[in-house]
Amino acid sequence: MNVHQSPLPVLIVAIPLIAAFVLPVCGWLKQKTAFPLALFALVCVFGMSIIVSMEVLRHGPVEYFMGGWPPPWGIEYHIDHLGSLMLLMVSFVTLLVGIYSNKSVLRELPDKAVPFYSVYLLLVSGLMGIVVTADMFNLYVFLEISSLASYALIALGRGTAVVSAFRYVILGTVGAAFYLLSVGYLYSVTGSLNMNDLAILLADLDQSNAVLVSFAFFVIGISIKMALFPMHAWLPNAYSDAPSAVSALIAGTTTKVAAYILVRVMFFVFQPNLSIELIPITTLLSWMGAIAMLLGSVMTITQSDLKRMLAYSSVAQVGYIVMGVSLANTMGLTGGLLHLVGHAFMKGGLFLVAGAIIYQTGIRKIRDLRFLSIKMPWTAATFAVIACSMIGIPPTVGFFSKMYLILGAIDAGQWLFVTIIFVSSVLALMYFANVIRYMYFPKEDEALDTLSEQTQLNRPTRNEVPLTMLAPMLSLAVIIVLLGLFNGQVLSLFIEPAVTASIVR
Amino acid sequence: MLDFIVGHFNSVTYIVLMMIGFYAMIGKANFVKKLVGMNIFQWSIILFFVSLGAKQGATIPIVLSDHSPEHGETLARQAIQYVNPLPHVLMLTAIVVGVATTGVALALLLRIYRRYGTLEEGDLLERIRSL
Repeated sequence: MNVHQSPLPVLIVAIPLIAAFVLPVCGWLKQKTAFPLALFALVCVFGMSIIVSMEVLRHGPVEYFMGGWPPPWGIEYHIDHLGSLMLLMVSFVTLLVGIYSNKSVLRELPDKAVPFYSVYLLLVSGLMGIVVTADMFNLYVFLEISSLASYALIALGRGTAVVSAFRYVILGTVGAAFYLLSVGYLYSVTGSLNMNDLAILLADLDQSNAVLVSFAFFVIGISIKMALFPMHAWLPNAYSDAPSAVSALIAGTTTKVAAYILVRVMFFVFQPNLSIELIPITTLLSWMGAIAMLLGSVMTITQSDLKRMLAYSSVAQVGYIVMGVSLANTMGLTGGLLHLVGHAFMKGGLFLVAGAIIYQTGIRKIRDLRFLSIKMPWTAATFAVIACSMIGIPPTVGFFSKMYLILGAIDAGQWLFVTIIFVSSVLALMYFANVIRYMYFPKEDEALDTLSEQTQLNRPTRNEVPLTMLAPMLSLAVIIVLLGLFNGQVLSLFIEPAVTASIVR
Repeated sequence: MLDFIVGHFNSVTYIVLMMIGFYAMIGKANFVKKLVGMNIFQWSIILFFVSLGAKQGATIPIVLSDHSPEHGETLARQAIQYVNPLPHVLMLTAIVVGVATTGVALALLLRIYRRYGTLEEGDLLERIRSL
């Protein structure tokens, strides 16, 4: 496949970045212009992501040289199949959360709409930059842009959000600093920062200690950013304290993009034979993923707050992704990448539902969710569909990604991992079924007493969220089912070329 | 042992600084001290990068003009006579990123102090619980 030049990769990063700085000026003149402008930028990014993906599918990878300098010297932006899949995922989630956020920001942060959308676009720009760049140091800068934006967004939340955000700043900076150190060691050995160039230069440097040190720092740094199990401490507080739209945005995108960095650097920069055979880094990572799956699910069961429960479930889901990716065989990597994309939609959708429930009723505790199916039928239905996908019930995407993960574990001969996936799925069934039971089938003694007295007076009435909040949630639920039904097309179009490019050289 | 330390002077320095920063982040209960630790941690890595580009007796990577004949003998013409500027330039960006991170963290600390009236971790946790 021939690579061809196009300015689209750089526009995908530049448009939200420019809009992020134009927005405060427009918002200062007239506050109501903030949302339309942000929406326009997000629609542009989504549209361009579609165009770039079509080009990638039709003609092969797209690239752009910054300032016209060819790769080993200049910064290269490079979009291949894996990149275009991530672009579509991130831009779609950010667009939907953007539409949803209009109403919820008016309610939760009434006078902060302008800074909110400005930082929101900055976060989108950083995430897009991470996906399109092919330069290790450029990736660090975008990683920090997106992290700084997410610290600010989390700090907008209620209660202890500022403290959670500060803890995230400290841990996130340590993660990014480790990544930078890893880039430093790579540069000291090879004198190059371009990913494709590094891959060629590193092929002869398997035994170099500096390369191994660099790899170790990279894995630790990205694990912190990704919230892999022992390094997950920042995640639950940050997700549950953040404003609803921010929880959905960050849960849906940032940890997934960090997982993308892991895949990109582990298989495209460091040689697969180094990652898989010479040092047992993939074995180590897959065990960490398995432990994250198990303990994340166990911690989730004990939560009584809906958003906190979803946050802990994210820790478990990161474990699935990491395990799949680091099984490093075709099936495992396929499952890991499919789960990465599927989980971005699932967790984004679930946090949108949690936000909608808080928006309309103010309920945060799971046991207060009784009769939600009567009060908010569409919201409850969305939750049920996405929960099915999280548990892994066909025909949703969650079933297929778990199926590929299990096939990958069997291929690797790791029967213990198969068991852990099943146990973790059963635990997921337990905690989601508990929520659904409260929503749809509240127990007689829990509800009927209060209800019988108030049946005529105060029967739970229908009280659905506004359409602009409902539509994004519903479309995410529909996407999850469609991704499941048409998973064959997604696999053959995006994931198979990506897997081939990563493992098979 | 001494040879090793002298030979890897830059690595030893940055690791010592890094561990000081690390200790401050983990061991200190005051949030400002944690932030200072985080800064030391970041700057240690910046020092490491700068030391990568350091070279004794080399000159700046600009081709000197030939117009002054008295300096003609000392013109640097070989790549080996130049300092690699790239690590230093990268660190300019990393310093900006570090300043931005410090700024965000300080703004958060200001909000924490205004809301809870303390930056000591123990007192803060007590006040969060009592609220």
